[in-house]
Amino acid sequence: MSERHTRRLHTLVVDDADRAVAAVSSLRSEGYHIYDVHTPFPVHGMSEAMGLRESRVSIATLAGAGVGVLAGLGLQIWTSAWDWPLNIGGKSDLAFPALVPVTFELAILAAAIATVAALVIRSRLCPLGHTPRTQPHQAVSDNRFVILVEETDGEFDPKAFWARVRALEIDEYTEAWRVS
Amino acid sequence: MATSDCLISGEPSYEDVTREIAAPLERRATAKWWIAFAIAASLLTLGAVLVGLTVARGIGLWGLNKTVGWGFAITNFVFWVGIGHAGTLISAILLLFRQRWRTSIARAAEAMTIFAVMCAGLFPLIHMGRPWLAFWVMPYPNTRGPLWVNFRSALLWDVFAISTYFLVSFLFWYVGLIPDFATLRDRMSGWRKRLYGWLSWGWDGSAVSWQRYEKVSLLLAGLATPLVVSVHTIVSFDFATSLIPGWHTTIFPPYFVTGAVFSGFAMVLTLLIVTRHVLHLERYITAKHLDTMAKVLLTTGLIVGFAYATETFLAWYSGNPYEQFTFANRAFGPYAFGYWLMVSCNVVVPQVFWFERARRNVPLLFVASIFVNIGMWLERFNIVVISLSRDFLPSSWSHYVPSLVEVGIFAGSFGLFFTCYLLFVRIAPVVSFHEVKTTLFEQTHGRTSDPASTTTASRAERPEGVHV
Repeated sequence: MSERHTRRLHTLVVDDADRAVAAVSSLRSEGYHIYDVHTPFPVHGMSEAMGLRESRVSIATLAGAGVGVLAGLGLQIWTSAWDWPLNIGGKSDLAFPALVPVTFELAILAAAIATVAALVIRSRLCPLGHTPRTQPHQAVSDNRFVILVEETDGEFDPKAFWARVRALEIDEYTEAWRVS
Repeated sequence: MATSDCLISGEPSYEDVTREIAAPLERRATAKWWIAFAIAASLLTLGAVLVGLTVARGIGLWGLNKTVGWGFAITNFVFWVGIGHAGTLISAILLLFRQRWRTSIARAAEAMTIFAVMCAGLFPLIHMGRPWLAFWVMPYPNTRGPLWVNFRSALLWDVFAISTYFLVSFLFWYVGLIPDFATLRDRMSGWRKRLYGWLSWGWDGSAVSWQRYEKVSLLLAGLATPLVVSVHTIVSFDFATSLIPGWHTTIFPPYFVTGAVFSGFAMVLTLLIVTRHVLHLERYITAKHLDTMAKVLLTTGLIVGFAYATETFLAWYSGNPYEQFTFANRAFGPYAFGYWLMVSCNVVVPQVFWFERARRNVPLLFVASIFVNIGMWLERFNIVVISLSRDFLPSSWSHYVPSLVEVGIFAGSFGLFFTCYLLFVRIAPVVSFHEVKTTLFEQTHGRTSDPASTTTASRAERPEGVHV
């Protein structure tokens, strides 16, 4: 059986990227917990304002490249020197320079696939799944910046904050998900 | 700030950006689009029929002979692979160098890469004669031994290089499209909303995802950069690892890669000049973009000219009579017309771009880009056909004239390319929403924000506009 979880969030909608960054910084300095910020484009300075750790997706890239190199070398060495060696113009079965291009290409291919797979998994994208997991505002992909403040102890008074950040709208948003 | 120096002219709001870039997707196709599509689809049909004929009857329908075994098909293959390279250069290498001007043109250039590589892949496939056995080029356990593919052959490296290039370019392009499909999903209704919903994979624009997304874009750019250099290098190995005079030369890898970028930029210019006009995207693809691309054309054209001079000098300096003869034969033999036309198109024509007035003259740019396309196709023809037609033994010399079937298939590849491109401009945004908004944010920074909400003073002091 799956269990339903919900999280109540306050949304502050602004129409300016700078104002969104400033609001996030000041909310955090006052001790509020920023759950997430939804923006139409990657706003530079937002990660720092939110205190996000740097993405570790490059680990996947490196791992993919390693797998590609091993697979490329393994495939070529096994097929051309072990399983059925062919004498082609008397060349060595294991002429290393000849193995470089295919190894290189497979490393790039595996690294690229691993990188995109990491993005899909970590950002919980669902290929061909058509509803976004969280969509606090329709225009978040157009021109709105939405700050989601987590309601932890009921102290957050959105109305007081509304005027300060000159938000266009304030609202509440309940995120629901199931854990099986 | 002069409008002509802007990367985005006027001061559109984020909403304007979304509306204007999405507009061509939201209205019905125009008459111009239908005319272009009809021509492209007709050429594609012609090509498909002739490919079918070739597969049914064999490559005896082509003008190839024992001496010239590689003719139009391989020329076209190298030509199309080269076209693709500018797309990767613009989308990946310029991203790494943080060249903001790439923003508006990267999407179309990447699409061009993918369609060009599709056209390229077609030619070796049909050249095999028995394309239904094309899977034999892949190393898979089989009942013939298993007899494996020969990993010491440059032609096999090509199989891996081109497939990887296609897949990685496609991934890079698609990842770039995900947030833009989400924008379209949120704008559209009905079946289109569902379509873009599927395509956008549930993208929600969260800051955490954006941060990861930017890292992924950089990583993919970092992977695509050595890849693009390797692909045309490996294509040049097809020739350079042989002993044919005119092919057996160490200058080939850099010479091919530069030529590829040169021809690709010419094709990007050709496409974008038409696209910006037809889709009314002059605000995003500005004179500044065309100017910069013309400069790249001039630079790479000079390098290509230098490479012609170098290989001719080395042919003489090598003291090898076969090599010397091959180069004399290119310039004064039966195909001399092609050689001098190539030199005129690739070396002489780009010289007009020393002048800013020429770089900003759109009709002139369009004509010049077509000339460069022709010149670069001829370069490949000269390398492939002239070198083969007269090599070591005069008794085996021969002349190659393409048959109508080959010419028709070449025309058909343009049909395939333009059909795909025209469908692309109807389905996906030609200019990236989120990248243009990022550029716009940087361009207008310090003007829209007031001191009360600006986090640091230094931001407000940043000079206006993004200049290259």
